[in-house]
Order: sequence, then structure tokens, then C-alpha cells
Amino acid sequence: MINSVDRAPEGALSSLKTGFYNRLPMLGILLLCLLLSVPVLTILASVTSSSDGVWQHLYETVLGDYVTHSLTLLVGVGCVVLLLGIGPAWLVTMTRFPGSRILEWALVLPLAMPAYIIAYTYTGMLDVGGPLQLWIRETFDVRFGEYWFPNVRSLGGAVTMLSLVLYPYVYLLSRTAFLEQSVCVLEVSRTLGASPWRAFTRVAIPLARPAIIAGLSLVLMETLADYGTVQYFGVSAFTTGIFRTWFGLGSTTAAAQLAAVLLLFILFLVLTEHWSRQKARYHHTSNKYSRLPQIPLTGWKSAAALSYCALPVLLGFLVPFIQLTLWAVDTWHLIDKSSFLTLFMNSLKLASVTAIIALLLGIFITYSKRLRPTLALRGVVRVMGLGYAIPGTVIAVGVLIPFAWFDNTLDAWMREHFDIATGLLLSGTLIAVVFAYLVRFLPVALNTLDAGLGKIKPTMDDVGRSMGLNPLQILRRVHVPLLQGSLLTASLLVFVDVLKELPATLILRPFNFNTLAIRTYELANQERLAEAASSALMIVLAGIIPVIILSKSISRSRPGHDSST
Amino acid sequence: MLKKLTLTLLAVCCNQALAAEVNIYSARQENLIKPILDIFTERTGVTVNLVTGAADELIQRLSLEGDNSPADLLIAEDVGRLYRAKEAGVLQAVESATINGIIPAEYRDSEGYWYGLTLRSRVIIYDKARVNPADLSTYADLANPKWDNKICVRSSGNIYNQSLVASMISRNGVEAAEAWATGLVANFGRAPQGGDREQISAVAAGQCDLAISNTYYFGGMLKSTNEAERNAAAAVGVFFPDQNGNGAHMNISGAGITKAAKNRDAALQLLEFMAGEEAQAWYAEVNNEFPVRADVPASELLQSWGTFKADNLALEQLGIHNAEAVRLMDRAGWQ
Amino acid sequence: MTQVLELKNVSVALESTVIVRDISLQLSQGTIGCLLGPSGCGKTTLLRAIAGFEKVLQGEISIAGQPVSNQQFCQPVEKRHVGMVFQDYALFPHLTVTENIAFGLSAMNRVDRQKRVQELAEMLKIGDFLNVYPHRLSGGQQQRVAVARAMAPKPGILLLDEPFASLDVELREQIAREIRFVLKQDGITAILVSHNQYEAFAMADEIGVMRAGELLQWSTPFELYHQPACAYVADFVGEGVFLNGTVITPSKVETALGLLGGEELHGYPVGSKVTVLIRPDDVIHDDASPTQARVVDKAFRGAGYLYTLALPDGSHVLSLAPSHHAHAEGEMIGIHIEMDHLVAFSAS
Repeated sequence: MINSVDRAPEGALSSLKTGFYNRLPMLGILLLCLLLSVPVLTILASVTSSSDGVWQHLYETVLGDYVTHSLTLLVGVGCVVLLLGIGPAWLVTMTRFPGSRILEWALVLPLAMPAYIIAYTYTGMLDVGGPLQLWIRETFDVRFGEYWFPNVRSLGGAVTMLSLVLYPYVYLLSRTAFLEQSVCVLEVSRTLGASPWRAFTRVAIPLARPAIIAGLSLVLMETLADYGTVQYFGVSAFTTGIFRTWFGLGSTTAAAQLAAVLLLFILFLVLTEHWSRQKARYHHTSNKYSRLPQIPLTGWKSAAALSYCALPVLLGFLVPFIQLTLWAVDTWHLIDKSSFLTLFMNSLKLASVTAIIALLLGIFITYSKRLRPTLALRGVVRVMGLGYAIPGTVIAVGVLIPFAWFDNTLDAWMREHFDIATGLLLSGTLIAVVFAYLVRFLPVALNTLDAGLGKIKPTMDDVGRSMGLNPLQILRRVHVPLLQGSLLTASLLVFVDVLKELPATLILRPFNFNTLAIRTYELANQERLAEAASSALMIVLAGIIPVIILSKSISRSRPGHDSST
Repeated sequence: MLKKLTLTLLAVCCNQALAAEVNIYSARQENLIKPILDIFTERTGVTVNLVTGAADELIQRLSLEGDNSPADLLIAEDVGRLYRAKEAGVLQAVESATINGIIPAEYRDSEGYWYGLTLRSRVIIYDKARVNPADLSTYADLANPKWDNKICVRSSGNIYNQSLVASMISRNGVEAAEAWATGLVANFGRAPQGGDREQISAVAAGQCDLAISNTYYFGGMLKSTNEAERNAAAAVGVFFPDQNGNGAHMNISGAGITKAAKNRDAALQLLEFMAGEEAQAWYAEVNNEFPVRADVPASELLQSWGTFKADNLALEQLGIHNAEAVRLMDRAGWQ
Repeated sequence: MTQVLELKNVSVALESTVIVRDISLQLSQGTIGCLLGPSGCGKTTLLRAIAGFEKVLQGEISIAGQPVSNQQFCQPVEKRHVGMVFQDYALFPHLTVTENIAFGLSAMNRVDRQKRVQELAEMLKIGDFLNVYPHRLSGGQQQRVAVARAMAPKPGILLLDEPFASLDVELREQIAREIRFVLKQDGITAILVSHNQYEAFAMADEIGVMRAGELLQWSTPFELYHQPACAYVADFVGEGVFLNGTVITPSKVETALGLLGGEELHGYPVGSKVTVLIRPDDVIHDDASPTQARVVDKAFRGAGYLYTLALPDGSHVLSLAPSHHAHAEGEMIGIHIEMDHLVAFSAS
């Protein structure tokens, strides 16, 4: 039976391969992806080795805690970020109330705040010995235990801290989706008798679902990879368990296996989501975009909207920012300021170099996938994507193993044949550091670019080719200009992530090389929170500017938004 | 840009053959060690290159880098880590009559793989208002039900707690140590959380009566620039346990020369320098620790706590029993 | 005359399903061809194979006498010098109208490029919005820009994939005629794909009707209408009904409308059963005629009414009558048949 002949444009792309006669670049991309998957594959491979009864011990004692705590974290953070992300995104996109224009970008600010720093800060403020509880005890002349106060260092505290800094992913992506939604679709739903609330829950949210899920999965992967916060709060979760097993029990194998279990769990989530999404298509059916009608809110409605949207900014950014500033001022005379500029520049350099490389790799990988979506490439990209969920330390070791192996093998070979000692060429250099960053953060760039590229109709490629352009020319003249927004988003997200990154930098960096994150960690680790504030503040400040650019560029990204006329 | 970075890096790593230098992987953080290293460089002209990080990760890095590792010296904050480094085969034995003459045998490896450089004790911190120090006696007593709901201590993931439990295993055997740990857990005033300073603050705030802490954290709080911390520290007292028995549990920070060391002599020179009188005085002072050599006095603050009997257990025992200690704490439900 | 496009026994498969089979056709310089058929018949796939987006399974495609696709070889799209207009236009949203049109002209110098853009803008009447971005344009304007962009590099052959499908119905034929005029003016050889016969008639010199991957007939619109090669083509192109009949002589058939046929031989054996195509314009309203039919339905067509008439035996025919002949439903009216050719197909 001959059917489905006038194929939808999706299918049309596969045809591009006919002309893409040069397979070498494809092979190169595939190899590159494989290289970047080595750390993940190393961990997954550990499943097959034996770990001498460590699992038995874990199972009998702490494994249950690890699983329940990590799941609680996931569910808790997942729910809170949805609440903090989607609602404000919808309100600032669709309505007007006092401050809404500022909140539009301010809601992204907590993205610049590393989770471990916000955890330190709130602990310093709210802990038993902190100023707030001290004030309560002195003012009301009560002793500890005679008044109720929430415990920051708890599972609930960890959920709160992580949610406060991670919700911007959901906010950013769902806001982008809301901006892209055709007003017509929403207006149709209104003419069919739906209230604005119904239009939001029945039309806007389902349409934005892929974006919301994408944001949520970034959040959940960050949550699972978090070590700093849970460790500091003494919550025994999967990540802390990995370290304890690794170093405390001295079983590298069992630790790697724990990490592998984590990865398989994430893979399962990712595939479930992918599978459930395949059933429905979310392409926009209308190409006509009119200006978004922003409904002005008045009275209690505007007050409620303002408080709802201001709360995450207040708790996720302003309060800790002010506290850090106060501490920084307090301890300014104590800290070593001479190296600050170097630290700042080091952080900036690493972040920008990684962002640029991630961008270039991201473009070539996603574009290759578009041209030739082979099973091998798609599989490798999926595996690579898991990197985002792996704790930085585990990645660092996953990078050390192959790099050191390569260096030592090369060294041995060169000694044997040429009597030259090459030593460690890659290990202990910034190349290793940047490589680890790529393993960890390239998935963020890939996700963003994939989504952006997916919105470009395949016929655009076809037009270019019928005009005599080769795939690279099409990339340069058609896709790159169309992807500008996604390119910016991808590079800025990677930039901010690298700025905040700690564990991989700590393990892999060369001699005499420090960053702001390391300085912050070292002081905080000596339980000198106040002195750590200055460098923490500088991380936040370095991250704010890209975060604001990001937020502004998304407002401008709306189709039909005409910046040139 | 990357290329430029790479070139600088290559320049850095290839310089090492040219001038006298020592490369250090240090778990002691930059601000607690850099100044003394700068003095060393000034005196000897030997350049010192430093990477700081967590000890376990540094050991892992050393062992993966193998014979080509650029590191000459590993500095760790705890004997447990030094022992792990020795077990991982990343250290080499060195014999130095100078050092052996200075550092007591219990504070260095019997085979010369590592040497202690500063001392600290893990002590009991008590609330001066609510606890009569006469009621305090031994570590073992902390498992006594009379302290029900009164003890604050950080998590079992912390190496200092692991070392404390390891010393109990070494002295009394696994079963007794486990019974003790179980009793202690039953007396916890709250789930383990935070660092040692937070335990002390919790005592000052009235959440617990007793805390287990390393001495230098208490010293750091007494000298803190933060008024609230100073006030908290002023409200509590320090108690050295087991004075009629084995003495207070001791631990060290120390260093060992790596197996891959290419600048072994310079590294040994640095090690000897750090065991020297001037370095010892500064090195111990900056982190409120006890010098490892008896002939250098501790800081005035530390002396003000009075003299105490220190446990003379050979510290390598703590490393030997570390893994067992972790399992035991898991079984005892010590989070 | 050189054939700009030649297909010899071309079959195309997508993911191992054969979509188009054994198609042969030729298109000479300056001719506009059309692949006509219902959706799913393989016409777009065939067009994409001509463009080079799909490989051929069998057969050979030649452009300007040079083979570009066969079993062994597939010249990449970018080397074929074809222009293509897509159903969704696929205008580049980041480029102005001018930049869109000039997209394929990067090899030209600036002056020539401007000249060519101006020339096309005039021909396609889009000179007023050359500096505007595509999303500001109406559908018809976007369509013209898409055509201009594809024509700009003077392609050897222009391919149009359902170019009018996204336009308002009332605009389609008008724009189709305009585009035809422009193509003819520029002497461009073109082939379009359509499921709408009126578009095809308005634009094409030659039309191929496709069904289920096969090309049923490739000829001029007139021939297609009046001499369909098979019942499917007869039914698909134009309006009309089939009446059952019996062959009486080698040139005549007996039907409910009487004896039909002229001098031409129809080729069916005497006595066999056939069906005869009756077009609405074959059935003439004639009050004087003895053949009477009852009005079952009527549709106003401006200049005339299209009547559906029931014959005494119950079968229906259509009749186009001038609108001043107004008859009510149920009325009996007289008709007679005027046919140039008898179009009959075997009834089996």
C-alpha cells in the first residue's frame, strides 16, 4: 500500500543526507561525542565489576536512607520549582502590575547564586547560633527548645535552598514558551468560553509542556548532582553516599556503582519523558503572532501577583545577597585582596573559554544530528547528556582516569622508542579542567540548541540547498542567524554554570591556579562564612550580568518582535 | 584564548626541570599554608607550587597520575588521609635524622612514609552554665544515658569522627566501640549537621549541653572577628577527656613525600623546614594548633586551657581502623 | 528541441516503501508542467527526487540532457541549479525581502544583484516592501517573494511544491495566472505540484495526473479533459458522470440517453458493457427534445445553473444551462446530447 507520500516536513530532512557526501566530519563529530562520553561510560562500565560485599553493607545500613532522601529531594525540589517558576513566568508575560517589568528579569537573578553559597548564607543567618535565633532568645528571654524555629540544616532546608536557586531554569524556559505561544490559540480558547485561568491551565501550560519539562529536567539533574548543599546540611543522599563509600569505605568500585545507579535512574526518567512526549506533537499550528495583550491587574490582584513574583527573588537573591554584602563589609579588612583580581580573571577566563567551546561543539553536534540522525550519534548524545547529573567530583575522576592513562601510555611509549619523557601532557592542565566542564555542562548547551534548531523548519535547509549552498554554508547563513537567541542562551548558561562550579576545578586544576569558587570554598570549609562572603559575592556579581543579558534577550526573542523596524 | 592558556600551562609545567622547586598537593588550605611556604622560598630560593583540594581527591589524583605525577609533597589535614595515601602507594619512605629527632614516634609513620606537623585534640565542649565539668570524665561516658538528648556532634562522614571511633576500636575492639557509638547516637540532641563550630554554637545556644569538637575550631571561635561567635565561645568550656586513662584523643595534620617526587631533596628540605622551630610556632599559631615538637610552646590561648594528657596511641592505628570505623558508624545509625 | 527535464522509468522509495513507480515524462524549454493528484499520490516525492532531495530507486532523471539521478549516482541538490518554491514558502525570517531574494545571488557583484532583485520585484509587484521582514507580509505577498527568491539565480528549472495551497481560495487562480505570466516572461521552465485542477489549468501547459505513485496520463489540459486515458483521470479532472451502456456498433453505444457516438471507432467489441463519460457541457437543455429528465438538484454557478438530472432509468447526469433557464426541483425538462468524442471505458 502506498501511503503517506506527501510527507510532513520532519521527514524531509532525512533526505539531506543524500547530498552530504563527505562522511568524514560526521565521523569526527561522533568520535568527539564518544570522547566526551568517556567519563559517563567509565562509570556505567563499573556495573559489571564486583565490589566485595560493600553493597551488602550498604543495603543493610544506609542505602534505604540514600534512596528515600534523594527521592524526597527530587520530588520536593521538583514541586517547588514548578510553583516558583511557572506562575511568575505566566504573570509577568501575560499581565501588568507594579514592578512587573523589573521582575521580568529579576526573577532570573538567583541563577547567579551557587547552591552551596545560599546554603552557607541561610545557615549563618538562621542556625541555632545565628543572629535571628539569638535575637529571639534575647528579646523574649527564652531558651532553645522553648520556641519553634525551622531547622535549616534538614532535608526540608536542602529542598528550599536548591529550589530557590534552581527555579530560574523552569522560569526561563516556560517564559520563552509562553512568549512563543500564538495568541490566537489562547484567544480561541477564550472564545470557546474558557476563563483566563482555564486558558492558562488547559491551553498555555500543555502547550508549554516540553519547555517546562526541559527546565524541570535540568533542575532535577542539578539536584541529583548536588553535593555541596546536602553535605553541608548533613543530609545523607546519593551523592554524599558516593563519597562516603568511595573514601570512607575505600571502595571505588561500589562508589562508581552507586553513581551508575544514579545515572540509570536518570536515563529511565529521560526515556520515560521522551516516550510520553512522542505521543503528542506540540508544533505551533499558527504562524501569525500578534502583540501579546498584557492584562493590567489592579487592586488585590496586583498586590497578590506582586508578592507571588517578588517572593522567589527576595528569598533566592536579595536576602542572601544583602547578608553576603554585610559580611563582606564586616570582614573586608581581614581578607587577602591582592589576589582578588587574579581570581576574578581566572574564573572569567575559564567560564568564557568553556562557553565558547561548548557553543561551537554544541552547534556542530546538534547540526550533525539534524543532518544525519543516526542511531549511533543519537545514542552517544543521550549518554553524554547524563553528564549533567553526575556530581562534579565523580566527573573529575572520570576525566582523570582517561587523561592520566593517555599521558602515561604516551610517556612510556615515547621513552621506549625515542628516549623522550613527555610526562603529563594533559593531566593537571586547564585542558583537563575545561574538558571536565564540557562533560558536565555541554548537555545544557545541547538541550538549548536542539530546541532552537528544532524550531527551524526543514524547508529552510532545503531552500539553502536548492540555492547551491553546502551544509556548512547553510549553517552559517541560515541557522546561525536564526539561532542567535538559543546560541546566546546556551553560552550564558554554560558561562554561569562554570563560574559556580567547584569540585571538578578543585581536583583537576594546575599548580598555583585558583578561582573565586575555590577561594569561597576554602574559607567556608574552615567555617569562616563571613570571610568567604567577599569572593562569594564576586561570583554572584560576575554571574549577574550574563543572567540579565539572558533574561532581556528572551523578552526580545518573541517571533514577530521586530527589532529592526 | 585556549591556546594561550595551554601555552602558559606548558610553560608552567616544563619549567620544573630548570629551577629548584617543590610541588605540593595540599589539603591544608591556601591561607593556612601559603605564608609559611613564602617564607621558605625567601630563605632557600626554592620555588613552591601549590594545588589545594580535599585530601581524598588529591590522593586519587596522585595515584592516577602515577609515576609522572608532578607532585613532590602531599599535605593532609588528618592522619586517616595520610594512612590512605600510604596504602594507595603514592608516598615514599624517607629517613631524616633531623625530623626523627624532632617529631615524636607516635606522630609519624613507623616506616617514615608520613610525618605529623601540627597537633590537635578532639575534646568535649560543655555549656558552662548547665554542665558541671566534674560530671565529665571519659569519651566512654558520653554513651551514658544521663546525657540523653544532650550531645551535639557532626556527621560520621567527617574524618575526625571516623578517627575518634578508630581509636576506640584500636583501644577496645570493634564490639565495645560499636556499643559505645550506639549509646552515643542515642544521646544525640539533634541529627548530626554542620561543622564543629556549629556544634559549639548549638551548645552556646542551648540546643545541646555537650559537643565534640577539635580544639582549633574552639580556638578560632575565641579569636573570631564575629562578636556572636566570640560570645558563643565564651559561654562554653573545653574539657580534655580520659585524663586518668589513655589521655585525650589526638590527631595531626602532616605531610609525606610522594613516590613520584622529582624534587625529593627539596621536598625533604621543606619538610624539615616545617618541622623547624620558627615554622612550627607560626604554623601552629595560625590555625590554633599545638606544635608537634615539645620544645616549641603552644600559643598563649592554647596554653590558657592548661596542660593535659594526650593519648600516645600510634596514629597509624587510626588509619588502619578507618574503614571498619565507617561501617561501624553506619551500623550504629550515626548519620 | 532539447528536453530540459527528462524522467525515464523513475521509481522512488522512502524508507524502503516504494512511493513512486516507473514514471517517464519530458518537459521542453519554457514549458510549465504540473503533477496533479490527490494528497498521498507521490507527486511531492517525485518533485523532491527531481530536486535531488530524494534518491531514485530505479530509472534516471536528466536535467538539460545531463543525468542527475540514477541508481548509482545522485548529484547533490546544490549542484543541480534548480529553484524551488516550498509550500510554506520558508522565507528566512531574519532577512528582509531584498535579502531573501538576493540569498542565492552571492556570486554576483552588488550592482548586478540589485538589478536582478529590482527586475524580479517589478515582475512580481513586490517593489513596495523590499525592505520589510517577511512576517509583515500577507500570504500572497510572501508567496511572490518565495517565487522571486527561487527565480533569482535563473535556475535551469523551477520546482513549485503546492505553491498556492496556503493562499485564500479566491486568490489562487489569479496568482497562478500571474505567476505563469512571469515565468513565461522570463522563459523559465517549471514544474509544479498541485492537488487542485483549476490551479493546474490556470498555470500549466502540460499536466500529469498521478494516482498511488503512478503517472496515469501526461498531456495538455485540453486532452486531459476531453480525452482522458482512463476512468480515474476522467473522474478526477472536471465534472461529469458515467452512464452504463452497451456497445451496439464499433462506433456507437446505447445508453439511457439514447444512442451516443459519432464516426470514430471506440474499440470495444459489439455487445460488451461499457461506461460512457458525460460532461455537464455535453448535456444541452432543449425544451423541444423528446428526451425528458427530472430536476433532482440545482446549483447556481453565476452564468449558469448546474442541474443534476434523473433519467427515466434512475441514473443521474449533470447539465450546465444558462441561468435564465430557471427550473424548479422536481420539474421535467427536455435535453439532448452534443458530444465531440465518445469517451467510453470498459465496465468491468
